Amino acid sequence: MAKFDISNIDRRWIYITILLGALLPLFVPITFAPKISPEVKAVYDYIDKLPPGSVILLSFDYGPSTLPETEPMAEDIMKHAFINGVRVIGISLTEEGALLALKAYSNVVKEFENYGTIRVNYGYDFVFLGYKSGRQAVILSIGEDIRKTFPTDYQGTNIDDIPMMFNVKNYKDISLVVDISSTNTPNDWITYAYSRYKVPVAVGVTAVLAANYYPFIQTGQIIGLIGGVKGASEYEYLVNQKIQSNWGMKPKRIPAMRNMSALTVAELLIVLFIILGNIGYFSQKGNKRR
Amino acid sequence: MKRFLSRTLPLLMVLIFGVLGAIQYFVPHKVSQVYYRTILTWSIGVSSMAVIMAAISFLRYHYKKIMSSEGDTLYSSIALVAFLAMLGFGAFGTDKGSLFYQFYQNIFVPINSTMFSLLAFYMASASYRAFRAKTFEAALLLTAAIIVILGTTPVGSSIFLDKVTMWIMSIPNLAQKRGILIGVGLGATATSLKIILGIEKNWLGG
Repeated sequence: MAKFDISNIDRRWIYITILLGALLPLFVPITFAPKISPEVKAVYDYIDKLPPGSVILLSFDYGPSTLPETEPMAEDIMKHAFINGVRVIGISLTEEGALLALKAYSNVVKEFENYGTIRVNYGYDFVFLGYKSGRQAVILSIGEDIRKTFPTDYQGTNIDDIPMMFNVKNYKDISLVVDISSTNTPNDWITYAYSRYKVPVAVGVTAVLAANYYPFIQTGQIIGLIGGVKGASEYEYLVNQKIQSNWGMKPKRIPAMRNMSALTVAELLIVLFIILGNIGYFSQKGNKRR
Repeated sequence: MKRFLSRTLPLLMVLIFGVLGAIQYFVPHKVSQVYYRTILTWSIGVSSMAVIMAAISFLRYHYKKIMSSEGDTLYSSIALVAFLAMLGFGAFGTDKGSLFYQFYQNIFVPINSTMFSLLAFYMASASYRAFRAKTFEAALLLTAAIIVILGTTPVGSSIFLDKVTMWIMSIPNLAQKRGILIGVGLGATATSLKIILGIEKNWLGG
């Protein structure tokens, strides 16, 4: 039998451990109440304080590869807005985002139908204008006239025939832009929508990208940041608490918090492997000296 | 004539539109506003054309590869069939329930998610092998990384590592990010000026 070497564990053992670690919380539900970070709370509070009837623009700029991180963010922003009577305009600046936006919206509609408390109506509470290429030009163009940028919604309905769009012309009629992204689109929203048109911007990005946006929080160029599964689980927790306090029912669908459990176990295992690798490295170094 | 169309005209257009674009930002006159709106409409149109060009380029590349029977013709065939099939399905609508939507949600999304989730395994293996405190700097990086990893988990939060993580993200991370951002901003300004003035011509290709 080969001698076990702590500094050189076979990668297949690492893979199996990570697989089991990530799967376990998905089958045995373990959820942790998250500590709410100030950057997530800032986004929540901003939307919470919007008067009913306000309009927010939600940009679905993520792809399927980052769904566990970004989809719960988009869904929870929509849920929060609908609970408060805030209307949502959806757009997508990435090709992949358009169909994922529809999926997120239908998930929210289905969830609200299960609660049976409020009904979300397309055209009154939510409209999806689809994907448009030319990222920066699209952002700038919305600032002039959203009708010229998106003359129809994704189904081809004239924007003038959509009730919730009657009084929306440009950013002056939009209370907040929320960009849920797995690319660098928040940079464009900050540079063009915030800097030129002074519309408040909130950002929801993958954990890898989150570190890039901390400078913009301090400068006030974004009102808050939802970063990765952690941020998504915090926002989900806040929205679920609101659902519970408003309607007295406990939401059963908690994708972000469930993903957070899997991520926590996987991350702890990665840290464990890093520590093991270093123990092995230093013990080897000690042996060589001797 | 060919040189004029491929070199002189693009350089001239970049110079004119670059200078006008910079001037109009500071001029609130009606003419300037009309120009700005027209340019925006044109930009969106040109971007849409770029998508079509990309699709044509994609088709040509794989078609040539299949015809020349060089390398992975099987993969190129799959790419072409998938592309044409989705293009065809898309022509009949992209609504929920359409073939396009079903193929996207049930084939493309799982494939893409699977490819990305493999990273978790490689990351675990790579960090075990490479993340070693061989020098003082490496030890510093390692410590910061472990704190940030743990700080983003509920376990870390329970032992106040979330506060340390927040400090790392808001102070040292912010400082270096800001430095990089200022550098990138200055670099982008310099490069833009060089392109507008025709000093930098690499973007013309050839």
